[in-house]
Amino acid sequence: MPSNPAKLKVIWLQGITCNGNTHSFLNDPALGTLLETIEFIHHPLLPCQKTLKDLVKKVPKSDVLIFEGAYSAPFERAGVEMRTLLPALAHKAKHIISMGSCASFGGIFKENDPEHISGIVFDKENGSGPLKAMQEKVITLSGCPAHPKWLSFVIDMISAGREILVDEFRRPKELYAYLVHNGCLRNEYFEWKVDSERFGTKEGCLFYAQGCQGPYTHGSCNKILWNDVSSKTRSGTPCVGCTEPAFPKRDLFTTKTYMSIPSEMPLGIPKRSYLALAGAAKSFHIKRLEERLIDDHA
Amino acid sequence: MARLSKEERKVSIMTKALELFSKEGFYQTTMPAIAEKIGMSVGNLYNYFTSKEMLAKDLILYIANILGEEIRRINESPMSTQEKIEAIVHMYFKIAKDRPETIEYFLRVYLSNREVFQNSCEGMICVSAFVTEMMIFFEEGVRSGDLRDQDFFSAFGLFMGYLGGMVFINGENILPKPLESYEHTIAENIYYALKSR
Repeated sequence: MPSNPAKLKVIWLQGITCNGNTHSFLNDPALGTLLETIEFIHHPLLPCQKTLKDLVKKVPKSDVLIFEGAYSAPFERAGVEMRTLLPALAHKAKHIISMGSCASFGGIFKENDPEHISGIVFDKENGSGPLKAMQEKVITLSGCPAHPKWLSFVIDMISAGREILVDEFRRPKELYAYLVHNGCLRNEYFEWKVDSERFGTKEGCLFYAQGCQGPYTHGSCNKILWNDVSSKTRSGTPCVGCTEPAFPKRDLFTTKTYMSIPSEMPLGIPKRSYLALAGAAKSFHIKRLEERLIDDHA
Repeated sequence: MARLSKEERKVSIMTKALELFSKEGFYQTTMPAIAEKIGMSVGNLYNYFTSKEMLAKDLILYIANILGEEIRRINESPMSTQEKIEAIVHMYFKIAKDRPETIEYFLRVYLSNREVFQNSCEGMICVSAFVTEMMIFFEEGVRSGDLRDQDFFSAFGLFMGYLGGMVFINGENILPKPLESYEHTIAENIYYALKSR
């Protein structure tokens, strides 16, 4: 009988973090199955072979180094500065995953110290992070937090020895080539320019009045649903663009306009064409789209 | 002499029809009257336009495209916002002078007989080429910091309402001076009304 393939040896290291990606990962319904294929040398919460102190005493080899949280050179883990610890672990890892927006681009924590905090390869959109020189082995899983299935997809691909096609920020195209807009249940409202006036409703597009970033944001949130059931836009909350290097944007729940016209067109659409189409669409009054989907008083 | 293509022939029909519609109004203008003016049979006219409503709709599309092209040229020029306002006012009044039937049709037929344009010409559909360019003009004016950010239609109504009104009262022979002599002050008024503070 063929022996079971060796489990991938994984180190999960945290920089400056809120633990959001760890919590996301622990909520993966398929976590049990995933743990049959990987073995944590170190994880901050799960049972594993080595503590942080063990890690810094003798830097181990790994198949995958997962880095969660923002990078700051003097930030310490087990008494060792990140400027020393991260490159040492990274050199001995076959693959590296930047898990979440902080690890990928600096994220929320960068707002506190924009000069000194960054992602591990990218500082916002600039490729100037500490692991820039070894970016070929880094996979970016941006998101606040990153979806657990995005991580299991990458681990499965590594496990199977498959090539992962990536975009300019080293995000897997299989997961990030789509826009969040793609698959959004509100697309018909977007097409006909019927706006939602408030959060939490089933009806209306959240783009114009609520600041939804779906048409600008790369991610598969509306294709690979959260907890297998929902997404921000499905539940009536605008997409905040958390997978993009510019996250977090200011004035989160407004779409910047100039004279009622969005300051940014949906990605790849020429302004003149968009305005002509939007103007035509707005000319129609489609009763079906202006009514509640479920009438509480019927 | 080379024969006109069907498209060229359509434009030629529309040019003549415009004169009639703008002078007589929509309901007073009949297809036989248009055919007579062009010098073709009514039956042949219907080969080009299946109804008077279809002809009226094509005419507003035709005018919106003319105006849209002119404003697009201005939008794409390196002029300042204030200079663009001058250019748009000048262009509008020049068309009103050289081809009065164009603006007359817009004011007296399209805006005054909305019921004719209800089907397939709802809202901005038939004037999209023109309105889109005005949107771009305003958007770029606000983006550059020259114009005040406000609701598009408030600004659009002020700009185009002013121009339309001046052309209208000029058509009624109320203005003591030629329309073009008001261009500069009108452009200045529009700029000061819309500019950022």
